[in-house]
Amino acid sequence: MSARKTERLLNLVICLLATRRYLTADYIRRNVAGYQDLGDEAFKRKFERDKEELRELGIPLEVGTNSVFDEEPGYRIPRDAQLPEISFTPAELSVLALAARTWQHAVLGAPAAEARLKLQAAGIPLDEATPTGVEARLRIREPAFEPLFDATCAGRAVRFDYREAGASREVEPWGLVSWHGAWYLAGYDRMRRDVRVFRLSRIVGPVEPIGPEGAVRVPEGTDVRALVRAAVEATESPEIEALLLVRRGTGIGLRRDAWRVEPYDERWELVSLRVRGELRLIDEILSYGSDVVVLDPPSVRAAVLAKLRFAAGVGG
Amino acid sequence: MAATSSAHLARLLALVPYLLRHPGIPLAEAARTFGVSQAELRKDLNLIYMCGLPGYYPDDLIEVDIGPSGRITVSNADVIARPLRLTRDEALPLIVALRMFADLPGVIDRHAVDSALAKLEDALQDASFVDAQPVAVDVDPHGPVATAVREALETKRRLRLRYYVPSRDEVTERDVDPLRLEVVDGRSYLEGWCRRAEAVRLFRLDRILEARVLDAPCEPPPEAAPRDLDAGIFQPGPGQIAVTLRLERPAHWVAEYYPCEEIETSDDGALTVVLRTPDTRWVRRLLLRLGEAARVLDPPELAAEMRTEAETALRSYQELGLDDFDARPVAPN
Repeated sequence: MSARKTERLLNLVICLLATRRYLTADYIRRNVAGYQDLGDEAFKRKFERDKEELRELGIPLEVGTNSVFDEEPGYRIPRDAQLPEISFTPAELSVLALAARTWQHAVLGAPAAEARLKLQAAGIPLDEATPTGVEARLRIREPAFEPLFDATCAGRAVRFDYREAGASREVEPWGLVSWHGAWYLAGYDRMRRDVRVFRLSRIVGPVEPIGPEGAVRVPEGTDVRALVRAAVEATESPEIEALLLVRRGTGIGLRRDAWRVEPYDERWELVSLRVRGELRLIDEILSYGSDVVVLDPPSVRAAVLAKLRFAAGVGG
Repeated sequence: MAATSSAHLARLLALVPYLLRHPGIPLAEAARTFGVSQAELRKDLNLIYMCGLPGYYPDDLIEVDIGPSGRITVSNADVIARPLRLTRDEALPLIVALRMFADLPGVIDRHAVDSALAKLEDALQDASFVDAQPVAVDVDPHGPVATAVREALETKRRLRLRYYVPSRDEVTERDVDPLRLEVVDGRSYLEGWCRRAEAVRLFRLDRILEARVLDAPCEPPPEAAPRDLDAGIFQPGPGQIAVTLRLERPAHWVAEYYPCEEIETSDDGALTVVLRTPDTRWVRRLLLRLGEAARVLDPPELAAEMRTEAETALRSYQELGLDDFDARPVAPN
């Protein structure tokens, strides 16, 4: 970074914001500090690069002519590129300040801090917001987040290695979703020619953007959260009717989800559940150890018995 | 220090309007707000001082005055007196967080969230991306208890909770002086002084079976301070048991799901992790789930406990005549 360049860019912004007339490149070259001493080619290169930098900062450059007789187009920055006067109520300020704090120490924390500064510079007193009694954090520990975020925003496809399959995947990213503390990517898997969900922590090595920007089109009506939930919670799996014996006074989590609890004998109660995803049910039953006995379905009973026999046999 | 000229320019375009709105602000305070050193801020001010409208006569240039006590006054900068609108990158984190809040009615004021979101859209350079969902957060539902918790926080009263502890599979009743609500990675927690444990405790809202606001005032002792959220949601206390596990690939999720220390990867891809817990019963049962994918390295008695648990369970199946391998259905389908 050079101070001279920053100075030139700042002078350019001031000049283009102050004018209502379109200013030609030639006018800018003669009048804006930092361009005067350049040769034709050097000026052209520098001016092109500077315009690009302003666009990257999100500063819109309008191109046009002042009259039909002008042959060369000129430039200006519209006044509404600057923040309008917005007033927030104290309650709105509180939630906005909370939102700005949410990404602290995460990749999105830096742009959130920039937003906060701009709003404060516009006279929105985020630093004086009353606390709401709530604190919020969203954490990003997965290194794959940043390149995937950039690619998703730019509409670019990506290539990465995924632990489960071992093979390299080519994916059109549709969106990143935080679910129970882990980040997931939903998108179109070009190899499998289907919608897929990936857990970011299982991405191994670098995420490489491929192909041009804007090539990825998210289908109309896509709900990335629903896609991730379906993949992780097996919400699309058929519903299973399960019948369990649960020791009296135990299995409180299962009872909360049950649609019927009936007495069985002095030790057990009969608990009826409807759940999705056989594997999740097996895991949940095992997490209650010897307090739950599966009656139905038989496939779940067989799987639970197999795990118990394995555990009982460990070490002889 | 801003890494590029454009990042530096972005800072200056926020700094000038900020200083115009805070005439006479101490150098130290402005530097803190912008996250730069005082020396860097002085450099910024020297740079701004050189800029202005074409012509660059004294009347055209921005005026910067640093008083003897380090107070800054900026003037003659009307053209850049307002900061630029928010870019997509800047606005997106705020929008994602606000949308998450909108899914937490009861925890966070829904009306304030909706209207703040609408006003934020007016602050965008280009609002065309607002309908896209490049980043979203899925939140846990938490039922009606949030209303009682909020009420207790607002009226500064004590709460009586019926709280489910899955690791011990039990429901406990306890009186809690609420300190604050926390939403971490989409999950809501109540942090409060638990009068039973005489310590600050975290309660997951979806595990509070019942919350009642008591007449008693919220009176936590002076040492009851909310923990530093950035140090992580689970902060193992002293007096916990260290459990060392070896996890094969299918069990690697354990290391991601539970807070673990000392993570080692061996050549065959297995992980060795240490979990700290006040109570090993849930670990024993977790091991039943994991089967061949996990093994206890330490403490050795935990492996024996897991075997006993499995044997007890198998005995129940035997007694009920349900341990046949072909596993016929028991109830008519």
